[in-house]
Amino acid sequence: MTAKEKILYFIYLHRTGLTVTGLTLALVLFPLFEDNPYTLGLTNLIAIYVIIVVGLNLFIGYAGQISLGHAAFFGLGAYGSAIATVTFGLPAWPAMAGVALLVALVALLVGVPTLRLSGHYLAMATLGGNIVVHTVMLQWDQVTGGPSGFPGIPFLSIGGFVFDDEVRLHYLLWSFALLALLLALNLVRSGVGRGLAALAGDETAAAALGVDTRRAKIKVFVLSAVFASIAGSLFAHCYSFISPDSFDIFASTDLAIMVVVGGMGSIWGSLIGAGLLTLLPEWIDVFENYKDLVHGLVLVLILMFLPRGLMTGLYEMIRNRWVLKGQKNAAS
Amino acid sequence: MHTTQDLLQFIFSGLTSGAVYALIALGFCVVSNTMGIVNFVQVDFVSLGGMLMFSALFAAGLPMVPGLLLAVTGVALLAMLVERVGLRPARSDHHLVLIFLTVGLSIILRGVMKLIWGKNRMALPPLTPDEPISILGATVLPQALWLLLLTCVAIGLLTWFFYRTSLGLSMRAVASNPTAAAVVGIPPGRIRMTSYALAGALGGLAGVLVTPITTLSYDVGVLLGLKGFAAAILGGFGSFPGAILGGVGLGLLESLSAGYLSSAYKDVVAFVVLLLVLFIRPKGLLGRS
Repeated sequence: MTAKEKILYFIYLHRTGLTVTGLTLALVLFPLFEDNPYTLGLTNLIAIYVIIVVGLNLFIGYAGQISLGHAAFFGLGAYGSAIATVTFGLPAWPAMAGVALLVALVALLVGVPTLRLSGHYLAMATLGGNIVVHTVMLQWDQVTGGPSGFPGIPFLSIGGFVFDDEVRLHYLLWSFALLALLLALNLVRSGVGRGLAALAGDETAAAALGVDTRRAKIKVFVLSAVFASIAGSLFAHCYSFISPDSFDIFASTDLAIMVVVGGMGSIWGSLIGAGLLTLLPEWIDVFENYKDLVHGLVLVLILMFLPRGLMTGLYEMIRNRWVLKGQKNAAS
Repeated sequence: MHTTQDLLQFIFSGLTSGAVYALIALGFCVVSNTMGIVNFVQVDFVSLGGMLMFSALFAAGLPMVPGLLLAVTGVALLAMLVERVGLRPARSDHHLVLIFLTVGLSIILRGVMKLIWGKNRMALPPLTPDEPISILGATVLPQALWLLLLTCVAIGLLTWFFYRTSLGLSMRAVASNPTAAAVVGIPPGRIRMTSYALAGALGGLAGVLVTPITTLSYDVGVLLGLKGFAAAILGGFGSFPGAILGGVGLGLLESLSAGYLSSAYKDVVAFVVLLLVLFIRPKGLLGRS
């Protein structure tokens, strides 16, 4: 091996670790170059969505299931934290953990009967669950504040350090997002993750190979619910105001679209999907009245021509070009 | 006392919304049988039916019956266009990708409707003048009777189409076994397009009939369409008798729980019952497992 080959091989071997390191570095330095609070607010929102989408991608992309109701868990996390800290005056961090635990329990109880369903039935069941949760948030106004929302949620703090401006929140939220990414990256390379991937390929074959499919589905469902709940708690503490609108079925479909656009079964794709779907409305603001049209068109074109998602689709397109070029050079 | 009257009133209103859900659910089933996907564009076929009726009546000045026919045909044609331009070129047969493709197409259609007809709520006149009729003490709008009648007619036509025409029989062949249907030379493209046309006509009819009772806006179909999807699932996705049973069941469930329990939580009751049914029968009431 020449030195160049050695370096390339090293990069190839450690591509995930290097990407994570690179991303971390970029994120640490980002606020130094970008101090516009509006932009940082947007990237912070992306971080929150990344946490949910990574979990949801494990459920949709790896376990091959479908959920159109994850905004319900997101909302339960947000309202759980809001009620615990404001109404009951509990400290924020333990409340966040407690709420995540409760949501895990809810997901377990709901998941055991729901995950017996498959395909369109599962889609409807999760959608229905989300409508139920959303309606309760709207109607139970003594507890949730109803349609006008829940104001006055305190910021998170460690010791005396309060996460109250965009730059501080940037570091907090992206730490969580990176943690979620790392967890998912490690999970899919473990035995459990391989089992999940087998499940997505063919449930019967996976069961025949010794994957406990029922349990595996429930486990990953609970895990994705916990991710969504933590993201919800962070969302509540970050904006200090929540309203049921952020947790309706359209939020759920958006989350699922982020997974599909980023690429089902691609953890890095989750990052791209969450980023694109959050930024897209900003970018196409110039189209004014035609905004919805362009929004739909972008989604349709991506799904039509890159059905495996932006990440995997573009990667394969570039690789194919490269290989073809190599062949042409070799031939001439 | 008023109890029987009340009950009758609730049953009538339940049947009315149930008929709408059944029409929409049938549209979902037709597409699901030939393509195996949930077609979320169905939701917009409903709004579009109302919108086209509105334009036919007020912009073109047509009378009721030609207006209705024009609106339903218009939606059916547009649905065929959606299939040809929006779904056929897709490079994937993964059902999740196709489902979200329909979600994207639905966003586009809603955007177009917002551009053409604006965001305002509009009122569509009923088929015949609105003089409430009293049946056994319950008050019923003539429009609701029209709705029930035309739903029955549509179901009758659909049955005739599926059992007596060659195209309908081919569609049932595709639904029962796509590979075998392809082997005997049934063109899949034409079948898919026909299924979209039917879905569009059913959704459009539902929209024309229900918007005089609700109001008309570019997104009126979203909630109705979701209920239609729920009805289709409740009955067993893909089963036509199931869609009708699910629609009427869901409509009754909603109006009875709104009447006797709480109108704020009627959706909660309906969806919780739906979930419970699914937990006991994971393929819906009449679904084949």
